[in-house]
Amino acid sequence: MINRTVSSVEEALEGVKSGMTFMVGGFGLSGIPENSIAQLVKTGITDLTCISNNAGVDDFGLGLLLQGKQIKKMISSYVGENDEFERQMLSGELEVDLIPQGTLAERCRAAQAGIPAFFTPAGYGTEVAEGKEVRDFNGKPHILEHAFQADFAFVKAWKGDEAGNLIFKGTARNFNPVMAGAATITVAEVEELVPAGTLDPNQIHIPGIFVKRIFQGAKYEKRIEQRTVRQRD
Amino acid sequence: MLTKEQIAQRIAKEVKDGYYVNLGIGIPTLVANYVPKGIDVEFQSENGVLGMGPFPFEGEEDADVINAGKQTITTLPGASFFDSSMSFGMIRGQHVDLTILGAMEVAENGDIANWKIPGKMVKGMGGAMDLVASAENIIVAMMHTNRAGASKLLKRCSLPLTGVNCITKVVTNMAVMDVTDKGFVLLERAPGVSVEDIKAATEGNLIVEGEVPEMVI
Repeated sequence: MINRTVSSVEEALEGVKSGMTFMVGGFGLSGIPENSIAQLVKTGITDLTCISNNAGVDDFGLGLLLQGKQIKKMISSYVGENDEFERQMLSGELEVDLIPQGTLAERCRAAQAGIPAFFTPAGYGTEVAEGKEVRDFNGKPHILEHAFQADFAFVKAWKGDEAGNLIFKGTARNFNPVMAGAATITVAEVEELVPAGTLDPNQIHIPGIFVKRIFQGAKYEKRIEQRTVRQRD
Repeated sequence: MLTKEQIAQRIAKEVKDGYYVNLGIGIPTLVANYVPKGIDVEFQSENGVLGMGPFPFEGEEDADVINAGKQTITTLPGASFFDSSMSFGMIRGQHVDLTILGAMEVAENGDIANWKIPGKMVKGMGGAMDLVASAENIIVAMMHTNRAGASKLLKRCSLPLTGVNCITKVVTNMAVMDVTDKGFVLLERAPGVSVEDIKAATEGNLIVEGEVPEMVI
């Protein structure tokens, strides 16, 4: 067994520097690497490019890095629900590259899988296609999209083991599995870290080979963005 | 004129037995409440769930189980979770039978705009561009006019596009229309709304063939 565990979040983030590009897992606030984000805030590094489907909310998730003006550029598909983000974007302080959600996921997966580029129909005929190669396949136009290149990927799973194997829960899975192994160094944080041999190999969602460093998060707030319920009859 | 609930109710009649359906945020989400009893349908949410159920009972919300609108949800028997790449594989690979989404503008050639108002609102396209580029069967749920009374069914979209030549059907608070090579074909009108009213509220080419029946909701 190759042991991927690190003893602390500080050790997990060793090597992060200003100007780097990070992938950050999660959809909305679900499945975000809360502990890694909190530690990134502490490091005070700046001029970051973050690839993440969303940008958190004002006081949680990537919103915390935005508050400290640590992010120079966001690459996302949807950035509503964040006033500080909107303010920085409209004032020109923050660069924003909005791309289709499926393309975002696939550009991560391509990086993970060693595919430099691919064609997709998403965005053809829109602003997203500007400056990109267009080619017809089966009579339909597609645009060329490239794999991302990132220095670190920060992902969050439900359970993990010392070998770096990961299991996700519910829709907190989202972008985490496709970002694992898609950057030079992948840091996985988990709610529960168990000894190798504890998890059933049949149930592993992401094999440890895609994870460089793994640690158990000190605590998880797991904030709910839109609490919707129904009444009992 | 139909309410938003009634638009959803009318669209629900387009949902057929055995369909996998992706519902967008807003009016489309309401469609789930009106699917006819006795047919089997599974709802897909692009953040990674198939077999979405109703909202949870109070106290049973789970931060790890949400829909694309970030609302807490439940799952039904037969449900599954998957990652974002597989989710869009389902969409791009045309495994989803029906896509229902909202729009700011639809043009007579099937173009749609729903993600950006330059200088005003830039929230992003989310999964909408992937959905409209790949789905064969797309229904748009929208209001026929904006608050100022101007038509949202246009000759050409004025806002940045989400997709080109992709919308096949539109259900508004005034009418049901197919989008064809020649323009919007009027199929049904809302109760109490005349063909003349619809013509006046439609900037794009509106094709009226024979008697246009009133919607049954």
